Amino acid sequence: MKHSKFDVVVVGAGHAGTEAAHAAARMGAETALVTLSASDIGVMSCNPAIGGLGKGHLVREIDALDGVMGRVADQAGIQFRLLNRRKGPAVQGPRTQADRALYRAAMQKETHAQQRLTVVVGEVVDFLMDGSRVAGIRLADESEIHAEAVILTSGTFLRGVIHIGDVSRPGGRMGGRPSVKLAERLDSFDLPLGRLKTGTPPRLDGRTIDWSELERQDGDEEPTLFSFLSTSVVAPQISCGITHTNTRTHEIIEKNLSRSAMYGGHIDGIGPRYCPSIEDKIVRFSDKESHQIFLEPEGVNDHTIYPNGISTSLPQDVQQEYVRSIMGLENAEILQPGYAIEYDYVDPRVLTSSLSLPDAPGLYLAGQINGTTGYEEAAAQGLVAGLNAALEVFGRNPVHFSRADSYIGVMIDDLTTRGVAEPYRMFTSRAEFRLSLRADNADQRLTHVGLQLGCVGDRRKARFGEKMEMLTAAKSKLSERTYTPKEIRAVGINVNQDGNRRDGFAILAFPDVAFDDLIPLVPSLREVEPDIRLQVERDALYANYIARQQKDVEAMKRDESYEIPRDFDYFLLEGLSSEIKQKLSQARPETIAQASRVEGVTPAALTLLLAKLRREQKVRKA
Amino acid sequence: MDTIFALASAQGKAGVAVIRLSGPNAHPAAAGLTGGTLPPRGMRVRTLHAGDGSRLDDGLVLTFQAPASFSGEDVAELQIHGSTASVNAVMRSLSDTEGLRLAEPGEFTRRALENGKMDLTQVEGLADLIDAETEAQRKQAQTILAGELGALAERWRRDLIRAASLLEAVIDFADEEVPTDVTPEVRSLISGVMADLQREAEGVRIAERIRTGFEVAIVGLPNAGKSTLLNALAGRDAAITSEFAGTTRDVIEVRMDLGGLPVTLLDTAGLRETEDHVENLGIELARKRAEAADLRVFLTENPTELGVEMLVGDIQVFPKSDLRDVTEGGISGKTGQGIDQLIAQISRVLAERTTSHGIATRERHRVALDNAREALGAAMAVLESGPDLYDIAAEEMRTAIRALETLVGRIGVEDLLDEIFSSFCLGK
Repeated sequence: MKHSKFDVVVVGAGHAGTEAAHAAARMGAETALVTLSASDIGVMSCNPAIGGLGKGHLVREIDALDGVMGRVADQAGIQFRLLNRRKGPAVQGPRTQADRALYRAAMQKETHAQQRLTVVVGEVVDFLMDGSRVAGIRLADESEIHAEAVILTSGTFLRGVIHIGDVSRPGGRMGGRPSVKLAERLDSFDLPLGRLKTGTPPRLDGRTIDWSELERQDGDEEPTLFSFLSTSVVAPQISCGITHTNTRTHEIIEKNLSRSAMYGGHIDGIGPRYCPSIEDKIVRFSDKESHQIFLEPEGVNDHTIYPNGISTSLPQDVQQEYVRSIMGLENAEILQPGYAIEYDYVDPRVLTSSLSLPDAPGLYLAGQINGTTGYEEAAAQGLVAGLNAALEVFGRNPVHFSRADSYIGVMIDDLTTRGVAEPYRMFTSRAEFRLSLRADNADQRLTHVGLQLGCVGDRRKARFGEKMEMLTAAKSKLSERTYTPKEIRAVGINVNQDGNRRDGFAILAFPDVAFDDLIPLVPSLREVEPDIRLQVERDALYANYIARQQKDVEAMKRDESYEIPRDFDYFLLEGLSSEIKQKLSQARPETIAQASRVEGVTPAALTLLLAKLRREQKVRKA
Repeated sequence: MDTIFALASAQGKAGVAVIRLSGPNAHPAAAGLTGGTLPPRGMRVRTLHAGDGSRLDDGLVLTFQAPASFSGEDVAELQIHGSTASVNAVMRSLSDTEGLRLAEPGEFTRRALENGKMDLTQVEGLADLIDAETEAQRKQAQTILAGELGALAERWRRDLIRAASLLEAVIDFADEEVPTDVTPEVRSLISGVMADLQREAEGVRIAERIRTGFEVAIVGLPNAGKSTLLNALAGRDAAITSEFAGTTRDVIEVRMDLGGLPVTLLDTAGLRETEDHVENLGIELARKRAEAADLRVFLTENPTELGVEMLVGDIQVFPKSDLRDVTEGGISGKTGQGIDQLIAQISRVLAERTTSHGIATRERHRVALDNAREALGAAMAVLESGPDLYDIAAEEMRTAIRALETLVGRIGVEDLLDEIFSSFCLGK
């Protein structure tokens, strides 16, 4: 029997696990990353793409804290597109198709290169316990790894069941083994569990698709990369095909609905509304005669095509029949049938905003096990858990991400205070301070936080320092003096002759004024680098709205400063309805700000809570 | 949670007094007084006894079971004889009961609010109803109490959430099969709500007058007979509801019910040019009050000599008709000549104005409505640029929705997503 000792052990090497392990190791913690198979590191089990709206923001934030996902995606990207390119920068999201093999190779290379990070192959069957504290893990070969903190990122492996039509079998994803023993251990912690499902489409052989008639979608001519450190595209670029379902496809699916795992009554889990199966689309939107399908190549040297838009749990023969009713796919061969997967998740409301479990100290949960979906959401949680596990090991205070400073903060807050009703995915509309939380300024928002924490490497530190210096210089050029309307109009910029003097930044805040228009007025601006010009322009564009939101931000920060003791008993609080008491007891908000976002909590209830907390504080002080 | 009790009817002698209990111990405590059992929901005639077994009173005992009660908790009501002594005896007995305490002012209503039996506007409506002295006030309070303002806000909110969700769908699902330009539908939803908001905000002033009373100022030269007229008005068909001195001894206020509308009559200092400093101060105040009033009665032959502008709807009457020969528009506080006509005319003018009142009644409502309207106006303006500025338009929508929510409740992003998912087939 082997024994070893690490500071942090990460269980599972999916997107949450790798990011968690890297974060802990960057912080200086000796870290073990335990996986069933070393070749699983960096596997994309669902669609071969990274980023998108909200998701792209998350990747940029991970990168700002020197995480790996952005760098790896840039290595593997084969079709970069900036979504919402024509709209405001706040709602632009970078996205790329990723070559599976390149992604995996790049992630494994990063992982092996990371200091203090050790990959351990084995099946985790149990936790080592020290009283109520989780103190490490036991592997199937009876070896033990002791650790101060354990991060569990077991994805869909908790009682995972795969359905293809009326055939079902236990399993995490195709080819994976479910971890039943570990699930039993978790049961002993008495965690509130729920059941979710998700699905995938059949994978097609690209060589059997007739591309000649199909519409193509190319990447952007000037690709927008994820990492603030990347400078250019590495992999060859490809385009995707677009085709559509038709009435014939819909007939085939309708006729066979009863054989679908979902409609045949085999699945109880709740699926995501934004990623419905083709069965779902046809039943819920029966008036639509056609649905779009993106044919996404899984790699430059891979014939596999991921038909995005037709995930399904129909039997294999029906999948074949409906696929072949679609234009361009008349002779398509299915390489791997689509399937639905059901799995347990832990109600994330039991977690703290560090993603630790207060009832099992030393244990952190991150990724799909917390009810989220998507690589980016998983990775961002992994980062939060990894940073906080390391901070705990070093006896430092946890890091808190606020809704006002990041999408990471929005997600962690949503999960831990509101819980999930369906697999949770990020959207830009979830962020109330969307105009200031942009993909383009993720580094300005977070890299300094990472520098303080100690998770940012030298290369990024230097690059960030230079950029901030240039930005500050450009902004001081803009604000060093004010100009009269007459002076401003003299250089061809149309402003009101209201007698108000304005500085360069205020002039730039007008929607139709570009940075270059100011050069005649402030000649020294000519020295400013193009990318810094763009950044200043974006900051100025929303300046007025951000100033207006500042009041809300301050109110929220104030509410965040009112902490609620973990053991606060809501049932002793006079004047709260039993329903609100129940919900607050479940969500265990850490601050008044979080309490205000628990569903159903009224302003009157908050006032009561705040009054009670103040009374108790006084008593404690006295 | 404590069980609370209080006298729900007015203090003092009456045929019947009602004592209300609310909370988990309401039923056991009421049953304890009766010495027997009570149904979870119903009405029984019982004799009430004190703890020492002595007889307190006969009464009707009503029980309501949570959540189907006023406060949303278990409630009991004791209807007993309305003598001060009987009420005090029963209240004493209740105070001695374990787990019961006297309610704080408004505590029953607060519990109803917290248990979701009412929204904030309904609580305001209830307060107004209890304070209502006139028919118009009663009707208005009933409208709010029935939740009509809440319902209206809910309808606006639904329309705005629909509009916002269209914008958000275009933003967040840019690479899916959603429309790329939803501007016309969004604009039409917004302009519908804006028109409603405008109407309601304009109606608030009138509605607030119904709630707090219209001010009618009597202006005239010194010794024109204003005070006599006021006394005559007060002593006739109009019932005085309260009387108190104004902010200075020079403005006398008399509150009365004119044709169902609450009216405060102001008797002001006589208006004239004077060298007397103190009198001048009084005159200045009288002019200000008169100008701020909702309606002015000019008791003079020549309105221009008073230095107060005569506005549309203002009334002119000729003073002291008993002393001179006036047939039309003459009035005399002394003989009562013309008083009935004047009351009718004031009532008619004010009644006409109330036809335009809205459901919103308070300054708080108007501020919320105006804030929402302002944000929607800004949204309409940026929407002219089409989809490129949807991020800004969405921000303005958020501001507008939040403003409306201060009327009744709050919005979550889940409301938006629910709307998006029920309208579009998403997920490529």
